[in-house]
Order: sequence, then C-alpha cells, then structure tokens
Amino acid sequence: MTVLDTGPLPAEPAPRSARASGGSIPDRLEGRASRIFLRWEVLLLVLAAIVFAINSFASPYFLDPWNLSDATYNFTEKAMIGLAMALLIVSGEIDLSVASIIALASVAMGAAAAAGASVWMLVLIGLGVGLVAGAFNGFLVTMVGLPSIVVTIGTMSLFRGIAFIVLGDQVYNSYPAGFEWFGQGYVVWAFTVELVMFLVLAVIFGLVLQKSTFGRRVYAIGNNPMAARFSGIRVERIKFILFLLTGVMSGLASICLTSRLGSTRPSIATGWELEVVTMVVLGGVAINGGSGTILGVVIAAFVMGLVTFGFGLLNVPGIVMSIFIGLLLIAVIALPILFRRVMAARRSTRRVAA
Amino acid sequence: MANWKKLLSGTVLAVGLLSSQMSTAAHAADKVRIALLVKSLGNGFFDAAHKGADEAAKELGNVEVIYTGPTSTTASGQIDIINSLIAQKVNAIAVSANDGDALVPSLKKAMQRGITVISWDSAVAKPGREMHLAPSSDALIGNMCDKLAADALPGGKGDVAILSATATSTNQNTWIAEMKKALPKYPGVNVVTTVYGDDLADKSYRETEGILKTYPNVKVIVAPTSVGIVAAAQAVEDAGKVGQVFVTGLGLPSELAGHVDKGSVKSFAIWNPIDLGYAATTIAYELATKKAEAKPGAEIPIGRMGKTKLDENDQAAMADPFVYDKSNVHEFAKIF
Repeated sequence: MTVLDTGPLPAEPAPRSARASGGSIPDRLEGRASRIFLRWEVLLLVLAAIVFAINSFASPYFLDPWNLSDATYNFTEKAMIGLAMALLIVSGEIDLSVASIIALASVAMGAAAAAGASVWMLVLIGLGVGLVAGAFNGFLVTMVGLPSIVVTIGTMSLFRGIAFIVLGDQVYNSYPAGFEWFGQGYVVWAFTVELVMFLVLAVIFGLVLQKSTFGRRVYAIGNNPMAARFSGIRVERIKFILFLLTGVMSGLASICLTSRLGSTRPSIATGWELEVVTMVVLGGVAINGGSGTILGVVIAAFVMGLVTFGFGLLNVPGIVMSIFIGLLLIAVIALPILFRRVMAARRSTRRVAA
Repeated sequence: MANWKKLLSGTVLAVGLLSSQMSTAAHAADKVRIALLVKSLGNGFFDAAHKGADEAAKELGNVEVIYTGPTSTTASGQIDIINSLIAQKVNAIAVSANDGDALVPSLKKAMQRGITVISWDSAVAKPGREMHLAPSSDALIGNMCDKLAADALPGGKGDVAILSATATSTNQNTWIAEMKKALPKYPGVNVVTTVYGDDLADKSYRETEGILKTYPNVKVIVAPTSVGIVAAAQAVEDAGKVGQVFVTGLGLPSELAGHVDKGSVKSFAIWNPIDLGYAATTIAYELATKKAEAKPGAEIPIGRMGKTKLDENDQAAMADPFVYDKSNVHEFAKIF
C-alpha cells in the first residue's frame, strides 16, 4: 500500500476503491475511538487516585469522612446536570441555558414558597419549570430547526433575564421547614442526600446510555444524524427528549441548590453552564458528539471536586484552580487528537517500511 | 513507558513537596487561625484590609491570618471556601459576604462545629454570624460630614450647601438627617440648601454650577456620595473658584487625589479598609479565644482603635470615617 490513504487529506478524498480497502473504513475508526476512550476512563481514574493521594498527604484534614462529605457539595448539583448534558452532547447538541434554568426554577420556587406552598409543591414547581424550559429549548432546536448553541445562548439570557425582572435586588428566603433536606440532609452517615441522588441517577443514566436501545440511538445520532435518520431513528424526537431531560435535571439541581442556600437571588448559579460542560468534556465525551460514557463523567465530577476541595484546604487562590481546570480541559481535548495522530504516523511509517 | 516513569517521579516529588508544607501547617496548628474571607480576590479594597489583618496578627502574636476569597463575587464560591475552612478547623471566619442570606446555612454549620463567625463590611443575616462590624455608623458619618465642612470653612464659619444622590436614596437621606442632628455641635456651619445630583456625573455637575450661581456666599459644598463629590470638585475647578469654594464629603482616594492636588478638595472621608481588616481580625481573635462575647451591649476591645459596642442586633460600628488629605491621599489612591 502507499501512504495515500493514511494521511488526513479531507480536501481531496481518496478514490472510492482506495477508501474501501484502506485503513480508514468507518468500523475500524469507531473501534479505535472506543479503545481510546476506554483508556481515557482508566487515565481519569489514575488522575483521581493521584489527586486523592496528594491531597491526603498535603492536608491532615483531607481524609475525614465528614470533610469529604462536605466537599461533594462543590460538584453534586453540577454533576446531576452533567449526566443529562452528556447525553445531549453525545447526540451532537448542547444546552448552555442550564444555569439560567436553575435561576428561573429557583425564583419560581421562591415565589411559591412566599405564597405558602408546601415542600412537595415546591419540588413539583422546580421540576416543572425545568421541564417547560427544556421543552422550549427542544422546540426551537428540533421543530424550528435552529442550532442548539445559538438557541441556548439566547435562552440563557432570556431565562436569567426573567429571574432578574421578577426578583431584582430582592431575595426569597422563606422556605418551608423540611425543604432544607434536599441540600443539607443526610441519607445515611456522611452520605448526603445530594450525593446519593447523584449516584443513583448516574447508574440510571449509565444504563440508559450504554445498555438501552435509546442509548444506542443517541450514539447513532451523534455519529451521523443523516445515517441515523435513514435507518429509521426519529432523530428530532430523541433530541427533544434529551432537551426535556436536561431541563428536568436543571430543575432538580435548582431544588438542591436552593435548599442548600436556603435563599434565592436571581444571580444564583451564575457561570455554571461552563463548569457543567467542562465536567462532561473532561469525562471524555467528544464535544462534537458520537462518543463518551457516563462513567467518565462521574469520575470527572469527582476529580474536579477533589481538586477544588484539595486546593481549598491548602488555601490556594481560586484563580489557580481555574487555571488548573483550564489546562486540564485543553489537555483533555488535545490528548485524543494527538494520540490519534501519533498512531496514524506510526502506522504509516510501518507501512512505508513494509 | 519512559513517560510513565517521569509522571510517577513527578508525582512523588509533588507529594514530597506538599507533605513538607504540611508539616509547617501542623506547626501553625497551635496558633489561632483566622480566615479573612473576602468578596473576591484581586480587589484593592480587600487587599488593603488584608494588610490591616496582618498588622493585627503581628500585634496579637500567635495569630495566623488566612486571606482567601473566590475569583468572582459569587455566593457559591464563598460557600465552597467556607466548607474547606470548616474542614481545616480554623478558629474563626471573618467574612465580607457576597450574599448575606445564601451564606447563612454554611456559616451556621461552621458555628455548630465551634468556629467563631463574624461578618464585616458587607453583613451576613443575623442567624449566620455572631456579630457584624460595620465600617462606620450613620451618626458617625453625619457628624464627620459636619466636621469636614467646619474644617474647610475659613474660621469655621459660613454658608454650606449639600449635594446628595437621589432624593429617595436611603443612605444619603439618613446621613443628611444625621448631619442636621449633629449641627448644634458646629455653630459656624450654616446649611443653606440641599440639591440632588442623582448620582449621575453630569447632573451633579450642573447642580453644582447652580449652587455656585444661586448662592454666591456658599464656601463649602458637602457631597456624601462618591459620584457627587468628584463632579462637584470638577465644577468648582471649571468655574475658577478654587480657593474660594471647597468641596468635601465621602469619596474614594483614587478618584479624588487629582482634585486634592488642584486644591478644590482640602480633605474628605471614607472608611479605611486597613483599619477595617485590623478591627475584624482583632474582634475575631477576641471572640475565638473567649476573651470577649458577642451579645447586645457588649464592648469588645479593638487594639489600637479602642473598643466598639454591640447594638441590639449584635452589630457594631468601627469608627469615624477616616479623613484623607494632601498628606495621605496618594498613598491610599494606590489601594482603592
């Protein structure tokens, strides 16, 4: 063989015959990708272990179950959204309005609580607002046919704007007794309600994405929406469901966060959308869709949480944490690409030698 | 393989370095550790407060100050830090809150675990702190404005005009009411009018021009607003009345240093962030070491600044606003 079919030359596609017989036929490409991501989770796990080890050595306060339990609060709410966001990104879409949905749902719950709503009413309202907001995003993307990044940048301002108009510089802080359970309660011992909720949801999402027909369809859509449509998958419907799911998870995160803070201001959760996306991408979900696992996202959530908490214990300024996470993210995106290139280069030299 | 070895040795090195840091941290454990938690890092006002906190720590001896804050002014960023401070079992947290309500649950948890919690500068709602240290009080601010006017008047006698923010502005209205209450102490000060510049630079400028025309005998303009005082100084300079009319009030050193140089402003006041950090740290120390107790009516010593008294809401005012003039304005202009 020549080197013709191994180099990345998208401008001049190789002749059909060469492509069919060459090294870059689709099934092999997919196989290679899944191998990379299998490695990716292992890498993440190693990273988590390293972070854990360094932190245990660096601070005498790190290995305390109650401290670790407190530390999980800095990622549980974001990670809940991350689960749904992972599915959405795998399908090739994105939702940047999630933090604004938190604000909108929190304001709605605050207003309802001020009017005397019960705890379960508040939960319904929180999830309901998330559902409606998700449906609005889903409608604009799947039925009107607008790109999701544009739609959700728009609704990011829209939802937060409504929250600001309703609440202004005021605060809602009269939540009924019992509501604090979601964000401040414990299920057993040091396991917080939020952490348990997140782990249970992670298992469910993992099963849905990796073991169900629905999950396989999500991958198919992300890999090639056209082919998915031709093979009879109702692409729009599935994407709509994913937007609903992301909205509901944002509503759930809003319930937890509002309960944890015990108060609502319209600026609640500002900037979280990027942290959620960071977590998902760090977890190995390809930002262009088509691949990624829930396990990766879960490990990434713990890595980010442990890093933040560990740095916090050493009183490292927040900006250093941002830099670290930023570098990590760039590394995450760059590594698989570099890896692929190195593999391709090796193969081509092997071939040339042969 | 070689890469893995490098990574491994790098990790071991990092662990070694960090654990050597840990041993110094363990040494510091006998000290009273006070966290000065600010709204955000990289803010000159809070960096100045940090300076004051370090000064207090040096004076008190066995105190370690942990200066910390989120990158952006968010409540959730401060909560994550509070969680890590609880985990480190610091002795006290002195916080300037981004959101006085949202911090309450986590600060309550800190207090349950035996950590002294006070707020300063920006208050935390009452259930989330033992006491709050305000930079000053309305009465002290009102009195200071009168005093500044009297000092600026030649011979302490003459007509004074007030340039305020909006007519509905709670802060300014309270301060002006307090000014009027304190006037009997300054018999030479004769307030002739109060005008409203709405905290807009151009409107404040025009209102000042109006004062200069309508009240030719006005010798001092008092502006208890940082926007108004700058606009008024500019208007006096543009009207060529430097030396005849003086502007004073509340403002920021960085914005007023130029006007002090030109002579339109002799002196002005604002709270001193260094003193604020100093006082917050000292109070946190007194409470954490059980030398004082935060309860209504209690008097808590604050080192070189005397002492402060708590009101019925466990709030205390630090001191008179700090006066800035030619001698110190440039030094503080670098800070805020």
